[in-house]
Amino acid sequence: MSEPATQPEPQERGQQKRPEMRVRPTAPIVPPSNVSGNALMCVIAIMAFLACLTYGAVSMVRATAASWQSEISREITIQIKPDDNLDMEAALAEARDLALTFAGTRDGQIVDRAATARLLEPWLGEGLDLDELPVPRLVVITIDERNPPDFVALRQALSEKIPQAFLDDHRTWVNRLVAMAETTALIGTGVLILVFSAMVLTVVFATRGALSGNRHIIEVLHFVGAEAGFVATEFQKHFLKISLKGSFAGGALAALVFAIAGYWQGRSLATPQSDQATALFGTFSVGAGGYLGIAATMIVIALLTTLTARFTVMRTIFEIDRIRSDPARTDGLPEA
Amino acid sequence: MIHFENVGLRYGMGPEVLRDLTFDIPRRSFQFLTGPSGAGKSTLLRLLFLSLQPTRGLIRTFDRNIATIPREELPMLRRRIGIVFQDFRLLEHLTTYENVALPLRVRGKDELSYRADVIDLLKWVGLGERINVLPPVLSGGEKQRAAIARALIDRPELLLADEPTGNVDPPMARRLLSLFLELNRLGTAVVIATHDLSLMDQVDARRMILSQGRLDIYE
Repeated sequence: MSEPATQPEPQERGQQKRPEMRVRPTAPIVPPSNVSGNALMCVIAIMAFLACLTYGAVSMVRATAASWQSEISREITIQIKPDDNLDMEAALAEARDLALTFAGTRDGQIVDRAATARLLEPWLGEGLDLDELPVPRLVVITIDERNPPDFVALRQALSEKIPQAFLDDHRTWVNRLVAMAETTALIGTGVLILVFSAMVLTVVFATRGALSGNRHIIEVLHFVGAEAGFVATEFQKHFLKISLKGSFAGGALAALVFAIAGYWQGRSLATPQSDQATALFGTFSVGAGGYLGIAATMIVIALLTTLTARFTVMRTIFEIDRIRSDPARTDGLPEA
Repeated sequence: MIHFENVGLRYGMGPEVLRDLTFDIPRRSFQFLTGPSGAGKSTLLRLLFLSLQPTRGLIRTFDRNIATIPREELPMLRRRIGIVFQDFRLLEHLTTYENVALPLRVRGKDELSYRADVIDLLKWVGLGERINVLPPVLSGGEKQRAAIARALIDRPELLLADEPTGNVDPPMARRLLSLFLELNRLGTAVVIATHDLSLMDQVDARRMILSQGRLDIYE
């Protein structure tokens, strides 16, 4: 509350001397802060936090799903079953060489005896002698996932040269993983759309709610001769400040959550907790794209609030003018 | 300046609140608008202020037919009219000074160009000591005077005042009346809606008496 700037001074010889009139710095036309404005800022901060968190989480899940799909479809395996008449080492080398003659293959690696034994160690224990058991041997072929070889022709060529060979192109796994990855990404996108829709609706209605308490200001400005654009700009500036503060707080908090989670994961590499989290969610790093998305979300919220304020003010003025052309709609006007 | 011809107005499907009003408000004229409560004084003021359109008849304001004025041009016409609302309509977060300066501020004027004028006018209406006070602290009479000062600050061509002396004591009512007369002498047409017979008796001015929606004019 302001106090009068003028203070009476003692009378001197019957005359009263007064100091110069001073006025306080001009206050903004729209009150800078009130309960509804603060509540709107909180709503915007919460919705910005949730939207940014969802955006970051969905981009993380999509990246993880894409990496699953990419890693498993980058390799194929040739499995050769042992046979009495088969020279296993020669067959492995022949199978690898044959595979590498096909366009779309990049590299071939024979899983040697020691590596095969290590693969079976969890089931058969240490000190396994592969000669005692009819254990199949593997050749891992790396392929160009964008331009894969002709699997049917490769399979045909292998079965002609080495009947014991079996080509596993991981298609079953890849198809399942692709389906799972796509489903996961789709669910994530659905959640993102829902959260963004909720954010848009909440911000729009909260802004309109905060504005409804200021209708009398719009009316007075309109009646003292302010143009609609002037009134809208005054409210727009006010709500831009509120929304920038709110969305910055929410977005920054979400970015901080990702930064802390990434830092924790980096610090606890190779620990059971971190491995579990990485296996489930991938790395917590959202990358530059994620942070850009968070910044874009903040800007979208600020623009949304500002535009809602502008449209609501213009609509209020339109309604006031509509009362003019339709006297039956006298709500908001003093009684006659 | 203002011309009404066979103007009638009804709210929705109700009866006509104003009927067959035909009159002029000449430039530099001074008139009282009076009549019993509910006679339609405030409605007539709203018609004069362009915040209502009649359901029939013709109104010309500043030589423009108000039925054909685009809404974008209304603010420019309203700037030529000052209005004192019965309920004051002061913005509670602005000081007396800021409320009175509001019409100039929305016209984009620089504060330095009008500060002295606003303070002078506030002193004239007896609010020189209250320039930095917010409306909730002001008395009814002080709010009334602030609302009058806001309507006068940009020297309107037409001043409409709805019960401008309703909340002030007789000496202040006389002072406000002399302010209106001074404004009128400087060229502003004045319409004062009032019930106050003693106020009307102080000035030999035109009287527009509204009764049951009809208007009688005594020159």
